[in-house]
Amino acid sequence: MIEEIASAGLPVDEELSIKKNRMQPLHVTGKEKRFSLVTGIHGDELEGQYVCYELLRRIKEDKEHLKGIVDVYPAMNPLGIDSITRGIPLFDLDMNRIFPGNREGSMAEFLAAEIIEDLKGSDLCMDVHASNIFLKEISQIRINEVSKDTLLPMAKRANVDYIWIHSASTVLESTLAYSLNSIGTPTLVWEMGVGMRITKEYGDQMVDGIFVLLKDLGIWDGEVIEPKTPIISTDGNVHFLNAAVSGIFLPCVPHWNDVKRGEHIGDIVDPLTGSVSQRIYSPCNGLVFTLREYPVVDEGSLLGRILER
Amino acid sequence: MKRKMIFNMKSLYRDDLRVYGYEFGSGSPSACIVGATRGNEIQQVFICSQLVKRLKELEAQGAINQGKRIMVIPTINTFSMNIGKRFWPTDNTDINRMFPGYNLGETTQRIAAGVFEEIQNYEYGIQFASNYISGDFIPHVRMMKTGFENVKLAEKFGLPYVVLRNPRPYDTTTLNYNWQIWETNAFSVYTCDTEKIDMVSAMQAIEAVLVFLSKVGLLYYNAPEAGVSEVIDESALITVKSQKAGIFIPRVDISDRVEAGTVLAEIINPYEGEILEEIKAPQAGTVFFMQDNPMILSHAVAFRLI
Repeated sequence: MIEEIASAGLPVDEELSIKKNRMQPLHVTGKEKRFSLVTGIHGDELEGQYVCYELLRRIKEDKEHLKGIVDVYPAMNPLGIDSITRGIPLFDLDMNRIFPGNREGSMAEFLAAEIIEDLKGSDLCMDVHASNIFLKEISQIRINEVSKDTLLPMAKRANVDYIWIHSASTVLESTLAYSLNSIGTPTLVWEMGVGMRITKEYGDQMVDGIFVLLKDLGIWDGEVIEPKTPIISTDGNVHFLNAAVSGIFLPCVPHWNDVKRGEHIGDIVDPLTGSVSQRIYSPCNGLVFTLREYPVVDEGSLLGRILER
Repeated sequence: MKRKMIFNMKSLYRDDLRVYGYEFGSGSPSACIVGATRGNEIQQVFICSQLVKRLKELEAQGAINQGKRIMVIPTINTFSMNIGKRFWPTDNTDINRMFPGYNLGETTQRIAAGVFEEIQNYEYGIQFASNYISGDFIPHVRMMKTGFENVKLAEKFGLPYVVLRNPRPYDTTTLNYNWQIWETNAFSVYTCDTEKIDMVSAMQAIEAVLVFLSKVGLLYYNAPEAGVSEVIDESALITVKSQKAGIFIPRVDISDRVEAGTVLAEIINPYEGEILEEIKAPQAGTVFFMQDNPMILSHAVAFRLI
């Protein structure tokens, strides 16, 4: 059942409409648990599009196993997705920095308030992100340390490769996940892949994990996989590789690969002079879980992240 | 006057990014004035250019007080300005949401860190800012309520209003907020426009800054007696929102006094020309903010009244 959860008029003959698709058993008692899958807050992150499609496809195929409510929200920022824009067109702030929203604020803040209203009360919410157009990520769940006790047990069941428990920061208090967690709606943030692309194997892995969580919640009684055991780390184990110079980044290790301390990761080169401007070496033994996809770099651009182990 | 490069960064194919500060007087770091942090803040860079010109004249007249140093940074974001973008050219991040910065972090964090390193020890910090909701304002001084804000000082600009804002999480990475946390008395000065030059409010802002510098003892400046500022809390402003979307035809101007029921704007059907909505003042007040786009969305903030 497709429902509109928020809308706004655009100036010339167009309506912005945020929709969800609700899947529920034929006979509803009112006591069903509810799972919400959210994606598309950033219009250039598309990995979640496949996840929404595949989750709904599998549920429809075996609908007799559905014992609770699954709400799927594929496009929180529909204008962004349809215009290849990360943010909300015509609006300055990142959509994931305006939650819990404000009905007295701008149109975007109004929509954010409506979104929170619709999602609150879910027994579990999952917010799917896909890095950005610059960086490729392995399939991972990120948890703010303030919510660790509630979220980590669920995240471990999600069939994810890596769980990153990151430190709290005031600016992150305006994300969708923080806002929902703070009102008692457990929300996991899933990051995977790269912006503007879909990595089907990551999507399939995630949908497998969602079914495990649905079964744990009593929303699904069909067969599910045995979830992977994830690597779990805090900020202290993560090393950031930033460019010291501008140029073109040429990696020489694959993504999601173990490297040794001192191993050559890649070069920043200058195509005008045909020279190497900076050689990049691993600062530790570990796993390259983030690797730059977009070749042009400024001084400071993130080239990768390595999880020391 | 001394021109000092406070930050420099090389690019792949573009010229270097250079951030300059113009210093007047010598001695303790007393007042720092920052113009554009975004590429479309044309009014802000213009105001700073005129301030540099005036301070140069005043310095030549011996008007800068001994032992006091004033710095003006017209812009920290030439790269966006030169290609007509508001935010950083490659990753679209906002330098004014990267403070205090991180010198080992991403590009705009490094720019923020490099600039903040130079400007964090000033006694007074003045930024010509623009709002995330695009529109025209009555010239005013805006301060974040961090616990360090000093309203009495803000009144010394002599602008009609001092607006106090409760910071939201996304405000905590702005220059104004971080200046205050690092114990600089920080003020954001808003004029009527951003992307084009409004000469009247630009001159008003320049005068206000010179009056302020004079009143806090940095400058001998024979200013006419400034007006008295009214201090208001942003939450006390009356927000007037649109119900419909269409072409926005304002019927009032900034600073106009309106009565309850006054038509503030009409929203016109863009195909048939009919009035879809008359936006009316819910109560009497003064027009403090007005959105400046000729088109309007529904649920948009069209006006704020005092």
